[in-house]
Amino acid sequence: MAEIWNWITDLGNSKIVALLLFMSTFIVIVIYLFSNRRRSTRFESYRYIPLDDEDSHLDPHAASGDRNKGERS
Amino acid sequence: MSENAATAGSVPASTAVPSEQYNYEIVKKFSIAAVIWGVLGMAAGVWIASQLAWPFLNFDIAQITFGRFRPVHTTLVIFGFGGNALFATSYYIIQRTCQTRLYSDRLSLFTFYGWNLALILGVITYMAGITQGREYAEFNWQIDILIAVTWVVYFWVFLMTLLRRNQPHIYVANWFFMAFILATALLHIFNNIQVPVSLTSPHSYSLFSGVQDAMTQWWYGHNAVGFFLTAAFLGMMYYFVPKQAGRPIYSYKLSIIHFWAIIFLYMWVGAHHLHWTALPDWVSTLAATFSILLLLPSWGGMINGIMTLSGAWDKLRTDPIMLFLITALSFYGMATFEGPMMSLKSVNALSHYTDWTVGHVHSGALGWVAMITFGSLYHLIPRLWNTKIYSLRLIYIHFFLATIGIVLYIVSMWVAGIGQGLMLRAFDEYGNLAYTFTESVVFLHKPYVVRAIGGGFFLLGMLIMAFNVAMTILTAKRAEPVTDASRAPAATAS
Repeated sequence: MAEIWNWITDLGNSKIVALLLFMSTFIVIVIYLFSNRRRSTRFESYRYIPLDDEDSHLDPHAASGDRNKGERS
Repeated sequence: MSENAATAGSVPASTAVPSEQYNYEIVKKFSIAAVIWGVLGMAAGVWIASQLAWPFLNFDIAQITFGRFRPVHTTLVIFGFGGNALFATSYYIIQRTCQTRLYSDRLSLFTFYGWNLALILGVITYMAGITQGREYAEFNWQIDILIAVTWVVYFWVFLMTLLRRNQPHIYVANWFFMAFILATALLHIFNNIQVPVSLTSPHSYSLFSGVQDAMTQWWYGHNAVGFFLTAAFLGMMYYFVPKQAGRPIYSYKLSIIHFWAIIFLYMWVGAHHLHWTALPDWVSTLAATFSILLLLPSWGGMINGIMTLSGAWDKLRTDPIMLFLITALSFYGMATFEGPMMSLKSVNALSHYTDWTVGHVHSGALGWVAMITFGSLYHLIPRLWNTKIYSLRLIYIHFFLATIGIVLYIVSMWVAGIGQGLMLRAFDEYGNLAYTFTESVVFLHKPYVVRAIGGGFFLLGMLIMAFNVAMTILTAKRAEPVTDASRAPAATAS
């Protein structure tokens, strides 16, 4: 155990340690996202958060300046 | 819900969230500052681009020579235009997606004054010839401290607002903003560890020296691109693209993978700015490898944004704001393909120290950062002032001016950079250099003229935006007393 710890803390091995650490964390995240259907569905439900405070339903061509010009003519 | 939301910069008063619920005043301030700094920063850019084509424009005035004015341009567009837009949109998005008010009005106001004071001081000192000489980190050490304090306050406001949220889940845009805030704090502090000449002097020496100093600088430089100019604007994208399209983001799981992949990969790539230098070869190779890997999450994010419009592509025909947002994503895709390609050592041997790099940076800066900001601000500003945008036609004109400007800029810099690189590497049959340095400079004149014209188009678009925004705000302000007056009799009657 002490040998493994010495290997990990050796700065010469820092590249491999960092690679293993980040790569495995990333793989765990991907597995976490896709391994459970209910969790997956829950995550996809969060897509609607920006639309929860919906506030825009007007005509996309509406603009005060353009409309005013139209009214004047 | 989402299908009815097609819009282009308009908001009905009946369904708008009462402004008291959220702190919109701070968002308004940052939005206006972004537009003002955008005009000034882009004007400075066109000026220095013109100086390169017609050097007499220096007018022998030291304060406006290229060397002093270039950091004025980069600081104003990156930190003035981009930074203020990020403050504005992050403060807006966190309130809307967490359904809570900002943690502290006073502290958020402090971030506005702290940040913009630093910018003003930066411009003055650069023109006076006071600089740290570190690209994108030219502020002298006193201003660095002001920025660090402001940034810590920004982090505190953002964190505390997140903790006070009424929405159980933290929307992915806020993850990008939090990563941007944390990474920028790290980058700014470590790249600006300086030993001042004296407490009263603006001058200082870097704690690092030689290749370590260069490595620290480009660790900062590229991560400023990665976290300030990419991650943060992706936060903007993940809110405003679905919002403007009136449709949810294509895939939330993809956005999570996009986030973590970007976070894990970006920190390693800075050394690709130092290929073929005294930097150890393995560091150079590591940076190139991670740069290539970055292509995957970058394109994943781009596809996620663009596919949000899947089934509703017609919006691009009717909504100029959507044009800005989707074109920005397309440029994001192009720039993130070009970047990894340029990080390959063999390609870099040709492209480095040439204008190809300048073209690449502007492909991302104008095409991605500025376009996504324009789209977001056009969406945001009518909502902040509870009105409609003054003119959609002017948004269309802005879009086409900006797009033409970018194309002229990028193509001219490809021609300039690749031509320059080939000329500097060419040998004759005896092994002598085929071209003198002066010949390569003469060759650059025409592309420089086209670049200045392209920049002019982009600046003109920005001026039109400033006019459109100003008229929108003025129209809203004029309407305010009328609304109040019309409400008064009803209130009295009741």
